[in-house]
Amino acid sequence: MDITAMKEKSRWVWRETLKIHKFCPESRIASSLSCVEILVALYYGGVLNFDAKQPFSEDRDRLIISKGHGSISYYPILADLGFIAKKELDAPGSLDSKLKAIPDTLIEGYETINGSLGHGIGVGIGMALGLKAKGSERKVFVLVGDGELNEGSMWEAIMLAGHHKLDNLCVIVDKNNLCMLDYCRNIVDLEPIEAKFQAFGWDSVTVDGHDEQAVAETLTAFKTRKAGSRSLVVVAHTVKGRGVKSLEVDSLCHIKSLKPDAIDELLKADELSHAQTRLGEGA
Amino acid sequence: MAIPTNIMREAMILRLRELMIEDDRIFFVSADFGAQSLDGLREDFPGRFLNVGIAEQNCINICTGLALEGFKVFAYGIAPFISMRPYEQIRINLSLLSQTRPMNVNIISVGAGVSYDVSGPTHHCLEDISVMRTLPHMRVFSPCDAACAAQFVDYALATSGPKYIRLDGKALPGVYAERTADFAKGFAELRHGSDVCIIATGVMTHTALEVAERLPGKVGVIDAFLLDNLDEAALAECLRGYARVATLEEAFIGCGGLDSLVSCVLERQNLPARQQRFGFQRGYNFDNGGRLHLHRSVGIDTDSLARSLANT
Repeated sequence: MDITAMKEKSRWVWRETLKIHKFCPESRIASSLSCVEILVALYYGGVLNFDAKQPFSEDRDRLIISKGHGSISYYPILADLGFIAKKELDAPGSLDSKLKAIPDTLIEGYETINGSLGHGIGVGIGMALGLKAKGSERKVFVLVGDGELNEGSMWEAIMLAGHHKLDNLCVIVDKNNLCMLDYCRNIVDLEPIEAKFQAFGWDSVTVDGHDEQAVAETLTAFKTRKAGSRSLVVVAHTVKGRGVKSLEVDSLCHIKSLKPDAIDELLKADELSHAQTRLGEGA
Repeated sequence: MAIPTNIMREAMILRLRELMIEDDRIFFVSADFGAQSLDGLREDFPGRFLNVGIAEQNCINICTGLALEGFKVFAYGIAPFISMRPYEQIRINLSLLSQTRPMNVNIISVGAGVSYDVSGPTHHCLEDISVMRTLPHMRVFSPCDAACAAQFVDYALATSGPKYIRLDGKALPGVYAERTADFAKGFAELRHGSDVCIIATGVMTHTALEVAERLPGKVGVIDAFLLDNLDEAALAECLRGYARVATLEEAFIGCGGLDSLVSCVLERQNLPARQQRFGFQRGYNFDNGGRLHLHRSVGIDTDSLARSLANT
């Protein structure tokens, strides 16, 4: 998919994510909006091998979404690609829907349980070792939050992957700079994150996490690297609550929900600005 | 030096090493804990052995990833650390995840109860039976000798799901050398008595057998080795004639262990037997002096038990 189409897809995912939040205000909207373009790049940017009809196909690349609660934006993608039925998007959080405020493994496409933070990299190492032992060329991607890096279990895993040079493992850090109560730098300052991973034997790349093309190119380059490299961390700079001004400027946005009227206004404003852009392009 | 096959971990690993030749989907992950027999396994299967270092949380998570890739995995560590340090990893990635994904992960936990007697309370493991029993889908296995432990390896490989394997750290006399452990049943009646039946697990089964010798004909002994899903009806059948039942475990009592399991069976099967619970009261023990001293301090050594059971 070219960059214009990916941008359009991201816009659609952003809109659908807001609609999901309207149905299910317990969902974490701000952290779900920081990773929209990363997920779009993974699925529409030619990065992941997947088969929606066979979600556990041996031939798939593995994606673990370790920051599980902040991945409501993954739901529309799963529906769009046919992992889950489109009608699932109609009433998240209701008795008839499998889509909850926090995702679980009843939703096709989620490899593991991630409502609890800090598990993804370790489980990803197990998958990466398993794939190697089976002689598979497939890769393991783990999407984590920067706040999630406070969990000690993450560093147990980071140390081990670095030591063993697990070159089929890629961690993507959605670096939106915020935990629940404050900016990460005010709680446990991990800057520069790249240097921390490098010190444990990882390669690192820094990208703009809202640039689908840059993310897709970085991850595709990882997939085609020659064997014998090291584990890769991609530090993706993002904005928590991206596209919603009231969230973007609020250090407590993680726990904020948007009112239904506010969501309607956001969607209307988005339509208007999109129409104007179209008009501008036409002129 | 010959490998001592009367030590549970050695017997298990020797059996596992044999099976790894045939089955290339078995993976062994250690949290930097060894055994004499493990040296050979590491040498034979360097691609399917991993030492994750002193990192039990990572150990369980890596085992989860391997299991999701179709491997039958053994996680190996020291009892209090491989059970309670990564308890959340076990809860989320084994107990919870196995409800929706097929997976076969076996936690080999070495040093049950007060096996590491003089190492003190950090190394005593008196909570594991109850904390593991409370986790859905977790099978809890507590053998009393090396032969039973070795027999469990074949069962574990053939049976999907997470399992917690509670091994004594010391060499113990043989009970199952000439006997086949029935894993559908989960227990074995070793002695029948006229008066009281001791239901014991792990090392305490040997104490129960000694008590039975002291009070000939009076004391029955049941070795319970599956502590969550044993055959209740079959157990009830064994207990039906007894007026008294005594549970005996090297674990805290009154909080979900073997004693709770048996009291539930008595209640559900509508049995009239009165139950006495023997084990450790819920407090940490800082005493030196070895295992027998620790047993005496809570009245679960052979002498104390023979007295208690003869008098009541």
